[in-house]
Amino acid sequence: MKIVLKNVHLLNPEQNLNRKCDLLIENGIITKIGSLKESEVKDAAVHNFEDKYCVPGLFDMHVHLREPGREDEETVVTGSDAAAAGGFTGIACMPNTEPAIDSAEVVRFIKEQSQNHLVEVYPIGAATLKRKGEALSPMYELFEAGVVGFSDDGVSIKTAAILRHAMEYAGMFNVPIIEHCEDESLANGVMNEGINSTLLGMPPIPALAEDLIVMRDIMMAEFTGSKIHIAHISSKKAVELVRQAKKKGIKITAEVTPHHFTLTDDSIKTFDTNFKMNPPLRTREDVNAVIEGLKDGTIDCIASDHAPHSIEEKEMEFIYAPNGIVGLETQLGLALTELVHKKHLTIEELVMKLSINPRKILNLPVPIFSEGQPANLTIIDPDIVWTADISKFKSKSKNSPFDKRLLTGKSIAVISKNKMFYEDKFINLNI
Amino acid sequence: MSLSNKHLLGLYGVPREDIQLILDTATTFREVLERPIKKVPTLQGKTIVNLFYENSTRTRISFELAQKRLSADTINFSTSVSSTKKGETFKDTVRNIEAMKVDMIVVRHQSAGVPHYLTRISKANIINAGDGLHEHPTQGLLDMYSIREKFGRLEGLNVCLVGDIAHSRVALSNIFGLKTMGANVSVCGPATMIPYGIQSLGIKVYQNINEAISKNNVLNVLRIQLERNAGERIPSLREYHRYFGITAERLEKYNKDILILHPGPINRGVELSSEVADGPYQIILDQVTNGVAVRMAVLYLLGTMH
Ligand SMILES: [Zn+2]
Repeated sequence: MKIVLKNVHLLNPEQNLNRKCDLLIENGIITKIGSLKESEVKDAAVHNFEDKYCVPGLFDMHVHLREPGREDEETVVTGSDAAAAGGFTGIACMPNTEPAIDSAEVVRFIKEQSQNHLVEVYPIGAATLKRKGEALSPMYELFEAGVVGFSDDGVSIKTAAILRHAMEYAGMFNVPIIEHCEDESLANGVMNEGINSTLLGMPPIPALAEDLIVMRDIMMAEFTGSKIHIAHISSKKAVELVRQAKKKGIKITAEVTPHHFTLTDDSIKTFDTNFKMNPPLRTREDVNAVIEGLKDGTIDCIASDHAPHSIEEKEMEFIYAPNGIVGLETQLGLALTELVHKKHLTIEELVMKLSINPRKILNLPVPIFSEGQPANLTIIDPDIVWTADISKFKSKSKNSPFDKRLLTGKSIAVISKNKMFYEDKFINLNI
Repeated sequence: MSLSNKHLLGLYGVPREDIQLILDTATTFREVLERPIKKVPTLQGKTIVNLFYENSTRTRISFELAQKRLSADTINFSTSVSSTKKGETFKDTVRNIEAMKVDMIVVRHQSAGVPHYLTRISKANIINAGDGLHEHPTQGLLDMYSIREKFGRLEGLNVCLVGDIAHSRVALSNIFGLKTMGANVSVCGPATMIPYGIQSLGIKVYQNINEAISKNNVLNVLRIQLERNAGERIPSLREYHRYFGITAERLEKYNKDILILHPGPINRGVELSSEVADGPYQIILDQVTNGVAVRMAVLYLLGTMH
């Protein structure tokens, strides 16, 4: 099948590409870039994407699919559907499933589930068996089966000793350790420690709990020479620590979630559990610091920490409700609204943070726009104003604090693996 | 005269006129409690549920008695098992109760925000009888009532809360209410028990109990709650008593005119010495009686709102 994307604004910072043109895609392969003649366009499905950006397919490196274990909350397929709807052609999924991704068998199972989907799913392996922090997982075997990183996400790797071993071992194949940074002994609360936790009488989690582990991990990265990636960074101090570590040449990267650059702990005053996450929403000062970190490159990428939970579980009393929100379908809209339209980032910088950098961190190839290459792209309308509506989310779970929020900009189509997601439908381009 | 809100969720943001009205109404009910027949028909036909997810015999009995004195029909629902373990969600429990056509719900729960959540899923008037470490507004009100009864005013008084401020809903409700009424509020306790940023609310922090005694008209002494892991924040109860405990010796030396409140139950020999707990400075049992009158006032004002 031939399709034509007409009048797109083709953007790929990796290729220094920034031009208006047409794209001809035949059986999933880009066959022509430029202005197409009438004869080339006939018998093709033509989409006029005037003033829309065409960028390398977006990638979210921090997603919780609940399969295996909690298929009632999300499956590999429903999570991938949500990713496609949100503009993503690739995601990395975290290992805190039941069982955890700590055997090649689970890696293969997840890959099989996603085999025929437009969205590529790359599992992250557990760094330790059952994520317990006691013994290393079969890291080499997991790597061979296709994991792109290791993490005990949900918690930090428990002890400095096991972290050291995990980092040294992962260093053999140059794969990053992805750390959820939180000192367990300081983190038995439910919201950020600050004046709001005092006023609300909520058990607090100090930013110090994050900062201490970030500091430990930086020292461990320096010591082992291996790669560390800081997941969902949220505190001002942690951003500064990463900034200084980068200056020293330590192999460190970091991501931030849309909720941590958009919301503050003021939201908890409603006692709405959709604002309960880990790391917790922090203060305006922290939000400003992560935005600054995004601007100066301290923070390499944006990732959703998509964390589906059933209504029964999330709609519980605040102290008992689980942490996390679904984020795949609001991520791009929030990033455009909060970062690009507010002039913190250019669209090119956003593409770096939402597509190119996460792939590089995980040693994955970056989609290239040139004739003969497979089409892996996202079409973005940066100016469309829309209202997030959880009832229309593809995700099986509906736990979002952004329901009914007005956003500017979204993905209107994605193409990858010879499939297209457009106008709420998956279209097979291979016919 | 009526209150500006159909629920009593906390004292944060409650206007001065509302607090004044509750305290004045409580004075009337306080007189009723001195009569041979202590019952008025004010809430006849109203159904009130006491929804207690946390053991608190004292608060529950006080509310129950207040409801009976007002001739309301009362249902008690008590469980110390959290909904997470019970199988039925909190929401389902509340919907069941709601279906029985209740007019008011008095709720006590381990989690902050549960009363606020209730207002979203129920049509009843909601009264917070303690939510997590957040607020316990009727305790705050009865403390203010008791202080006002002694001094004839709240404005300008120096009131210090002593103990584990960070883990006390009584402290927060006192702080919010007393500040609204124009008292100068301070706190005193070990640094490990003072919550983050409390000074930014205009509250002085004392770390020396003798200084707190000498500078204040009232000490509201909180219970050291071992069930809230107080043991992680102080070396021992013995040490706490030695450096922060209220003893007759200290009161005599530093301030003979001081008034001592305690929300009960008392840990004798920890936050208060027995001599103080039974002595002339304290009004602990008055607080208990006043508690019934204040709760009658709250129930009456909310139950007769239109
Ligand atoms: Zn995490």
